Amino acid sequence: MTDAATVLTDPLEEVAPPKRRSGASAWVVWLVRRLGLAVLTLWLVSILTFLATAALGDPIRAILGRDYNSNPGRVKQLEELLNADQSLVSRYFSWLGGLFKGDLGTSLASQKPVSELIASNVANTAMLVLLSAIVMIPLAFAIAMISVHYRRRRPDTAIQTVLLAMAGLPEFVIGVLLIALFATTVFKIFPAVTISSPTGHPWDNWKSMVLPTLTLVLAVAPYVSRIVRASLLEVIDSDYVELARLKGIPERVVMRKHALLNAIVPGIQVIALQLAWLAGGVVVVETLFSYPGVGLQLVDSVRNHDVPMVQALSMIIAGVYVVVNLIADVLSILLTPRARTAISS
Amino acid sequence: MATMEQEPTQGKVGGLVVEDLGVMITGKDIDIVNDIDLVLKPGEVVGLVGESGSGKTTVGTSLLNYSRAGAHISSGKVLLEDRDVLHLPWQQVRQIRGEEIAYVPQDPASALNPSIRIGKQIVELLALRGIGTDASRLQGARDGLAEVGLPNDDEFLSRYAHQLSGGQVQRVALAMAFLPKPKVLVLDEPTTGLDVTTQAMVLDTMAQLCRTHGVSALYVTHDLAVVANIADRVAVMYAGQIVELGPKEQMFREPAHPYTRALLDSIPHLSQARALTGIPGRTPAPGARPSGCRFHDRCSFAVDACAQAVPELHQIAPAHDVRCIRAEEIGHWDISRGTVPDSDPDKAREVILSVDGLDVFYGRKHVVHNVTFDLAKAEVVALVGESGSGKTTISRSIGGLHKDWTGAITFEGEPLAHSARQRSAVHRKRLQYIFQNPYLSLNPRLTIEQIVKRPMELFGLASGKEATDRVVELLDQVALGPRMLKYQANRLSGGERQRVAIARALAAEPDVLICDEITSALDVSVQGSIVALLEGLRKERGISMLFVTHNLALVRSIAARVEILQAGRVVEAGSVVTVMETPQEDYTRNLLSKSPRID
Amino acid sequence: MSAEEAAPPPDIAPAEPSTFRKAMGQKRFVVGLTITVLLVLFVVIGPHLAPFGETEVAGPPFSKDGVLGTDYLGQDVLSRLMYGGTSILLIAVFGTLVGMVLGILVGVVAAYAGGWWDEIIMRGNDVVLSFPQILLALVVLTAVEQPTAWILVLLVGISHAPRVARLARGVALGIVTRDFVIAAEALGEKRTRVMLAEVLPNMSAPLLAEGGLRLTYSIGLVGALGFLGFSTDPGAANWGQMIQENRLALSTQPWAVLAPCW
Repeated sequence: MTDAATVLTDPLEEVAPPKRRSGASAWVVWLVRRLGLAVLTLWLVSILTFLATAALGDPIRAILGRDYNSNPGRVKQLEELLNADQSLVSRYFSWLGGLFKGDLGTSLASQKPVSELIASNVANTAMLVLLSAIVMIPLAFAIAMISVHYRRRRPDTAIQTVLLAMAGLPEFVIGVLLIALFATTVFKIFPAVTISSPTGHPWDNWKSMVLPTLTLVLAVAPYVSRIVRASLLEVIDSDYVELARLKGIPERVVMRKHALLNAIVPGIQVIALQLAWLAGGVVVVETLFSYPGVGLQLVDSVRNHDVPMVQALSMIIAGVYVVVNLIADVLSILLTPRARTAISS
Repeated sequence: MATMEQEPTQGKVGGLVVEDLGVMITGKDIDIVNDIDLVLKPGEVVGLVGESGSGKTTVGTSLLNYSRAGAHISSGKVLLEDRDVLHLPWQQVRQIRGEEIAYVPQDPASALNPSIRIGKQIVELLALRGIGTDASRLQGARDGLAEVGLPNDDEFLSRYAHQLSGGQVQRVALAMAFLPKPKVLVLDEPTTGLDVTTQAMVLDTMAQLCRTHGVSALYVTHDLAVVANIADRVAVMYAGQIVELGPKEQMFREPAHPYTRALLDSIPHLSQARALTGIPGRTPAPGARPSGCRFHDRCSFAVDACAQAVPELHQIAPAHDVRCIRAEEIGHWDISRGTVPDSDPDKAREVILSVDGLDVFYGRKHVVHNVTFDLAKAEVVALVGESGSGKTTISRSIGGLHKDWTGAITFEGEPLAHSARQRSAVHRKRLQYIFQNPYLSLNPRLTIEQIVKRPMELFGLASGKEATDRVVELLDQVALGPRMLKYQANRLSGGERQRVAIARALAAEPDVLICDEITSALDVSVQGSIVALLEGLRKERGISMLFVTHNLALVRSIAARVEILQAGRVVEAGSVVTVMETPQEDYTRNLLSKSPRID
Repeated sequence: MSAEEAAPPPDIAPAEPSTFRKAMGQKRFVVGLTITVLLVLFVVIGPHLAPFGETEVAGPPFSKDGVLGTDYLGQDVLSRLMYGGTSILLIAVFGTLVGMVLGILVGVVAAYAGGWWDEIIMRGNDVVLSFPQILLALVVLTAVEQPTAWILVLLVGISHAPRVARLARGVALGIVTRDFVIAAEALGEKRTRVMLAEVLPNMSAPLLAEGGLRLTYSIGLVGALGFLGFSTDPGAANWGQMIQENRLALSTQPWAVLAPCW
């Protein structure tokens, strides 16, 4: 223990006992602060989204292409929809005000309210992401634990090489390979394209969920698994695991009680990051399988330069990221005694 | 505690017998330790002393049939009563660990699981083995905590390791080790990093527990002074072998091995200033150890025969074994060797740096209160205190590394600005700071030449070829050869790195050196040679030094004046002789009495 | 700090191997490097060896002519494969460079400045970070009629930057508190020199690894954009786009789709 490192700690030998009563209010303060930060981030996100879609180019010109000069009536109509005569700032605030009221604007392509258009797609995507997470998390942890069990021996090396190769493959490549393998060329077990009625949901036919889910799992699990393995290895090399072994604790208990407990927090962080990534990764996968989710809708909207749709969808996806991160932060702190007690005392 | 039994113990019940233990690096024909024979008699504390790289920790964990990744136990026996711990089936080894042979870790702050409450951790082993009931285990934990002098209420049991202080954590580890009532205890540097008062408390607790429970203990440490206070017998290790083994009194009165003697020569005493000496060269790592006697290339008594064959451990006095072929020829050794007169308290002083009413803050925290002292030309002033006393904070404020302070720091009558960046180049040049940890203070990407040359370029003292020549000169002054020029810092040992750091400071041609615990990360033999180097610089160049340390004995040998600090305040100050011979304050007296000593 | 932990290195300390040498010792790195070199060679030399032109019609659509057959327009798949990598690779490489430079700059400055600056910079970083990479690209492409190569390079770069910045800041935080940086401060070195000469050189190993990873992501990202139909020139060959164009015929003529995957 060096002087420089401990200069901030209590100079007295006996550390003051943790205060318990004031804990609750400290938690509230912390949570409010953290929520405030999340709201601030979301607000900045909204500015960025708005600027990127509305200020970087002329969406009307982009929508109409060569028609721009020949169809002044349509130009006028679009200008009205986008309030193009107002200043950028006032347009931003009227859009932001709409967001608070739940009014996401009107789609340029279909002239219908955005919220009506995206409702069922949001549910579809949420289902897909949820399903992938349920499969991915236990799978990633299991692979990591197997890998750690054989640490630096042949099975571990093999697993790590495969995972590394898979982590390098873009998700659309994985998807295409899966289609070739299971839907068209080799076997024909699962449909290559999601078919669902306009009123129903894709999971009405469970077979059509298999390949999109599998693609997402294969795209994300390698990365999560590698991180979990790394943090498990770090924990296993720690002094307290060594002491647990020297105390005569059986290896099984060492792994479960001493190692996994402390390795789970980095795991949560990376899972949060990857879930948030999934929210974007679905764009490609949904397009590939024509899965009627927000990703597919986003790509269509971008292609049609449907500014209000893109704004709404990107706010949703970014919002998911912020919320997932918030949850991960809270969970990590709850599971780390040092951080937990730092807040309540 | 000096209940020494002189008769041989083979065949005796209890205790532990180690025979011909060897540990090798896995996959290579390189031994980490070999030829270890050691007996722990019942109720006896054996101190296993060695510097870094001696293999002492490896021996310690081997007693539990455990070796770290990359090493394996290759030969020998560890006999616990009639069972050989090294050759039992795994289940039985696990059974023995904790219950019969317990281990107290080096750094309990990292050795206790950060996410399990201590009450649960203490009883974990018993609960797993199904020993006793929940209630009896809880009572055991409470009794154990009371025994080591800790609170044992529910609130304390539900704390996590990070909610305890260093001394508390170490005592929790002791209580945890003693709970299953083991017969043998292996303690791996359990007090490293603790303040002397805390260390004294932990050592007392440990000794008392060993005595009341009749436990034999192997106390692994680098600190000869600690061993002198607690052990019945002492084994000294060098480069993977025991070089000397004997009863404590005899080891300190009549050390026979040249290495033991050199080690004792490098240790400062509380009672008298000494001209400390180091051991030339560095401890060889496994695989690079010389043939024959492993110490012969650094030994001042070596003859040709020393390089021929590995000497056997042989008896030179009752129960006193030495691994040296010349042990009987090299004459006697005296503990008062190397003593020098204390520095003269009445010497005329010409003040160069003065600190007046210094208050230092970390954010809202007020950590140093109204500190006033000064430093004269060619003088060493020591700032002494335990952790949290503010000694490093004061030195960092003077060095311009911490800027949140009030008061006045004047250098030759001119006030110094708060941070180094605000100070004039002249001030920055004349006041140089040397850091505690030489493993962190040198940029690993630069060569030694680049590191030492930089201050000269920056202050316009020399450049190009001339600067390179000066670097060679400086390296020579700190006893490093010119072949170091192109090396990067990671090829150097800790002592060599600290010499480079000193050379870098000297390159600026300073008048004042601020030395922040610069020997505390180093082995004692290296500390000895660094102290000798600093003393030479002071005499030849007239450099003044502010020497920050926690080691009072070291102060006696190096400083002329001392400031004793406690919780950010100076509690006692004056010339070293006065303060240490006739301390006025309880705090100082307490520090002096709790410091382990060999004199 | 224990004396045992701070054990001096072996007596005859071998010269510290360079980062590159160390990396070469790892089988994994060698495999990666080999694949990358082969890929680059294929992309660079490919167009010169291609049997047909980039948009030349070589036979009827989806026929078995040529090594890999023809695609939906009857263009030779092998030839298009050989042409299709160039733009992807160039955009990916430049995009990665932009992202790395930007990210390292932001991360190191935040770590070195510390305090409020660090807080503000990293909050801003979090905002950009909350856009999944592909989303950031798509949002901007909404307002753009036809993306040019430079827009794609910038988009790829900007989407990498906050992620690189997070890593760079983390690594730099571990370095700026080390004593050798403080020593340079105490000597009064210029701040830019402290960052460039003291901090940055010690970050090379993790940053190189990150750069390699980012490059593979870039290729994936540019490919995905092509696959989604956002490329610089709809007529030109592009691996991602080729997968999209020929998807319909996966069952009859798999190579037109599968070949670009590899």
